[in-house]
Amino acid sequence: MKKTLTAATLLSTTLLAQGALAQDVTLTIESWRNDDLTLWQDQIIPAFEASHPGIKIKFSPSAPAEYNAVLNSKLDAGSAGDLITCRPFDASLALYEGDKLADLSDLDAMDSFADVAKSAWQTDDGSATFCVPIASVIHGFIYNKDAFNELGIEPPKTTDEFYAVLDKIQEDGSYIPMAMGTNDQWEAATMGYQNIGPNYWKGEEGRQALIAGEQKLTDEQWVAPFRELAKWAPYLGNGYEAQTYPDSQNLFTLGRAAIYPAGSWEISGFNQQADFEMGAFPPPVPAEGDECYISDHTDIAMGMNAATEHPEEAKAFLEWVGSEEFATIYSNALPGFFSLASFDVEMSDPLAQEFVSWRQSCNSTIRSTYQILSRGTPNLENETWGASAAAIKGTSTPEELAQKLQDGLSSWYDPQK
Amino acid sequence: MQKSRIRWHIAVFLAPAVLVYTAVMIYPLFNTLRLALFNEVDDQRLFVGLANFRTLFLDPLWSDAFWNALGNNFWFFLIHMLVQNPIGIALAALLSHPRLRFAAFYRTAIFVPTILSFVIVGFAWKLILSPIWGIAPSLLDAVGLGGLFQPWLGKEEYALTTLALVSVWQFVGIPMMLIYAALLSIPEELLEAGEIDGITGMSAFWKIKLPLILPSIGIISILTFVGNFNAFDLIYSAQGALAGPDFATDILGTFLYRTFFGFQLQLGDPYMGSAIASAMFAIILIGVCIYLFGIQTRMRRYQL
Repeated sequence: MKKTLTAATLLSTTLLAQGALAQDVTLTIESWRNDDLTLWQDQIIPAFEASHPGIKIKFSPSAPAEYNAVLNSKLDAGSAGDLITCRPFDASLALYEGDKLADLSDLDAMDSFADVAKSAWQTDDGSATFCVPIASVIHGFIYNKDAFNELGIEPPKTTDEFYAVLDKIQEDGSYIPMAMGTNDQWEAATMGYQNIGPNYWKGEEGRQALIAGEQKLTDEQWVAPFRELAKWAPYLGNGYEAQTYPDSQNLFTLGRAAIYPAGSWEISGFNQQADFEMGAFPPPVPAEGDECYISDHTDIAMGMNAATEHPEEAKAFLEWVGSEEFATIYSNALPGFFSLASFDVEMSDPLAQEFVSWRQSCNSTIRSTYQILSRGTPNLENETWGASAAAIKGTSTPEELAQKLQDGLSSWYDPQK
Repeated sequence: MQKSRIRWHIAVFLAPAVLVYTAVMIYPLFNTLRLALFNEVDDQRLFVGLANFRTLFLDPLWSDAFWNALGNNFWFFLIHMLVQNPIGIALAALLSHPRLRFAAFYRTAIFVPTILSFVIVGFAWKLILSPIWGIAPSLLDAVGLGGLFQPWLGKEEYALTTLALVSVWQFVGIPMMLIYAALLSIPEELLEAGEIDGITGMSAFWKIKLPLILPSIGIISILTFVGNFNAFDLIYSAQGALAGPDFATDILGTFLYRTFFGFQLQLGDPYMGSAIASAMFAIILIGVCIYLFGIQTRMRRYQL
């Protein structure tokens, strides 16, 4: 017995000697951010490995749309990585409740985050936090500065100005006024409804009231965003019904469209693709002087696979994810993903600075459908995708769409019954 | 009299296939059927009998989506039966014409899409039909029909038919090959005998060849049926799991995927997912049985 063991050890050392040292621990990260692969490989991982000898990190992303399904299957099969990139709210909460994610409440790094930053990765009563918050994304509109200068227009502040700007671009004819399609549906919901909506339902106030059952989706403040979306269709390019998300991105970065309803995560990609100057404006308010609200959505965090074989090393990495060093590398390498930590991180990208400056002038909220309200069947978030696309296409009236969403929600959510 | 011995070698030779097939097909199938009878109540897995099916067929939240997917699936199948199979037969009849030149080239060219991956087909057609970068709008413009162009994949009324036709384009090679093989096996003497009796050209096809290839057409229909009701890949790669626009292209496969594995904020529900999978299995089983007992046994066969 002893002999075979020695032989096996010898064999494994010879096999491993060529690669990493035998005692090195390799941690694998599950993520949906396949766009960030080079950033992790070239900047984040080397910075961590330099200060933590003996721990190697492997970043292994899957496609965003399939991430949740892939991750759940991998966790069930026991083949998931040691570190799990967390979607906000229920997807991760379900993993924690299913004992797939470890409780990280006692991690020192948690002190660097405000309660609201952690709220997306806590149990409903806030007693346990299971992911270290990484970043949020802010919604708004990115515009082509050269085009605006050429046509002599200013970024709009109110909805009236917004449509006046769109009309002017339309009239001139050299640009498509706005680059958005309804083919993938989520654009219409995320960059349309959730982008302009907070100005109508007054951010957190409306969102909390909806969760508490004090407001309904058929109330004016929740129908109004659909009414606005219904006016967008003439300003979108020809055949927008079959225009996909990458189509819209390309239309804008090729300089064929003047305005792009955006999430701040687009910034780094757009910086590489576009050869014109870009600016950004927050979602226009209904009337001059109205208070403005932005969607500053807690989007990404990282937790630990409860079944990992290397909990100590994984925790060491997560402590580092909560450090100022990580926040600085991350927010500068990925302009548009804004660190949720309370450190004052210097950012060099002007477009990212523009976005983050709205945190001072406007009230922040998160996407209305994410917390609690998408727990049941039918799923409010997915239904909102379809409804927003239908609003733009005009296949149903805003009132019908709101009624359908409300019926779906009240069918399973007690406070809305 | 010799004592009859157990013939072990039969079991030994069958074992590998039986074991593998059981492990990867029979066990998962029955486990899925079993899972459909359970549900999770307060974190406990409970036997709920047919409650999942009651939800699926009677609860409007589920049944609307289910009937929509089933209806779309039938339309998808109908297009294949009306377009793919007749075209396949016509192509095979042309290819088997003895005086056709470059027959091997046509045969290969038409069959090649069949071996392409769904992802490639979905992506390529999405690009071809794209209103922004696609070649479809400019091609139509070139022949003066630019006005006919529509963003087909983005419109509720056209999207499913468009995808069904893309699928026809991809798979038309299969009925063609099967029918082609059946046509080649028809003996020359039979056709010559017909010729002597004055049956030539088109009527030779209708009166001699078609009755002889009917069993092959039957097999193709059932293959199409099973393939279409299990379809998923093309819709998923072209329109995503939400099968847009507004579920217009949602078929049972995408409905199952969304339910079983979850999508975006929607969490996966293996119990309802299994119920849908069981319903799909039942539909296919019934369809195949109708064919086997209702049609195939009545088909006239000719000894060649």
